[in-house]
Amino acid sequence: MSTETAAPAKPADGLFSKKNRKLITDPLNDNNPITVQVLGICSALAITVKLENALVMSASVMAVLIAGNMIISALRNLIPGRIRIIAQLVIAAGLVTLVDIILKAYVYDVSKQVGVYVGLIITNCILMGRFEAYAMGNKPIPSAMDAIGNSLGYAWILVAVAFFRELFGNGSLMGLRIIPESFYAMNGGGYFNNNMMILPPMALVIVGIIIWIQRARNTKLIEQA
Amino acid sequence: MALDKNSNSFTFIFTIILVVVVGTVLAVTFLALKEPYAENVRREKMQNILASVKVKVERDAAPEKYKLLVREGLLIDAQGRVIEGGNRDAVNGDAFMLDVIKQYKDAKAGVLKAEDMKYPVYMAAVEGKELFVLPMVGTGLWGPVWGYVSVESDGRTIFGSTFDHKGETPGLGAEIATPVFYDQFPGKTFTDEDGSFTSIKVYKGGSQTTDPHGVDGISGGTITSDGVHKMLEETLVIYDKYLKSTVAVPTSIEPAQTDSLAVDTTSTLSTLQP
Repeated sequence: MSTETAAPAKPADGLFSKKNRKLITDPLNDNNPITVQVLGICSALAITVKLENALVMSASVMAVLIAGNMIISALRNLIPGRIRIIAQLVIAAGLVTLVDIILKAYVYDVSKQVGVYVGLIITNCILMGRFEAYAMGNKPIPSAMDAIGNSLGYAWILVAVAFFRELFGNGSLMGLRIIPESFYAMNGGGYFNNNMMILPPMALVIVGIIIWIQRARNTKLIEQA
Repeated sequence: MALDKNSNSFTFIFTIILVVVVGTVLAVTFLALKEPYAENVRREKMQNILASVKVKVERDAAPEKYKLLVREGLLIDAQGRVIEGGNRDAVNGDAFMLDVIKQYKDAKAGVLKAEDMKYPVYMAAVEGKELFVLPMVGTGLWGPVWGYVSVESDGRTIFGSTFDHKGETPGLGAEIATPVFYDQFPGKTFTDEDGSFTSIKVYKGGSQTTDPHGVDGISGGTITSDGVHKMLEETLVIYDKYLKSTVAVPTSIEPAQTDSLAVDTTSTLSTLQP
């Protein structure tokens, strides 16, 4: 999906210029949508119990965000200011539904996993945030770069949170057992899965810890007293 | 011609065009892809029925295997009586064509009376055993949950089961669709020693492994587990009437047959008794 939609982005002048590279690298750290802008938190809490779910969600958001950013950006001079949010919403909802229909017909198994998140993608604040803050004022190609950057920034936080939650909550990663069965109390070992980990509040705590580490290391993010 | 982007007429025209374009694109895509989707759903249904009798197949291979193993499908009414007549073909008969999830929604919405609901039963032959496959629908946390439970020819012992859901929370409620949950069902029974109906219970906080009527719920997925519990309770009671009337019951010996533990105790008992 994502590669398909990204393909039309022809290497125009200075695709990897400093400014464009910044569009991708900035959201990974300095301007991360989750940890700095605190957008898209709801989905970060809801679907990070398993690593696989986090990856599927990230890929879906990336696909929709790239396509949406490019369409909005192409229409930016036409969309009347007074109804721009509604127009963005219609485009986002349309894209998400379109993706859902296509997945159901051709990759039914993937659609069964993504199906749950479709609603979440439409309401994902990152989508509206990027449409409004970037695509409405920039050309399609930089908008696509911005979409890639932000969805990657979103993805790595999701994957990091899901990594810890699945490992300590289930003892597995991507469904594969990491902590051997024999360690568990029921098999004579002394180990228990941490059931707190599979409950949503723990995702918030992990996001909090990531924000803490990030702020401690990145001096740009330390607010002036 | 100056285009005033902020005029009311432009706003209206823009909105109408945008919505019509998006709507048309969605409608056309949906219609174009309706067939492959319906076929996927049909195959998945077959795959699920097969999974409940412990036959695991790829979805694409499901129709072939299904035709081989599933003999017929019939409908029973809310009193557990077989509805006579109608098409009993396993593939395109009345039972397979009935959308149980839609029927359940209609009944909940009050469009359909509970006593008018129809319940499909499929007959399958696997490993030389005649099995009843019982579809069921219930309500989870976010939407419908459903499943297929296969029952052995004694009409009381569960042979296998499979569960699915529309959109339960991944990693929590959605775990009902994983072997961790459904592998607990085989061997459980919904009939007491004295022959009366006792539904399968989904326990919060663990069930005794020796309990013949109980399985463990999902940690963190309490409402989904409760939904499955309620679904089993509501549906099995109806199927139970049908099964009791169909299966010729030699009540005295039957219960021990499938439960190896019970066989052991009875045999030791009988040897001890002079």
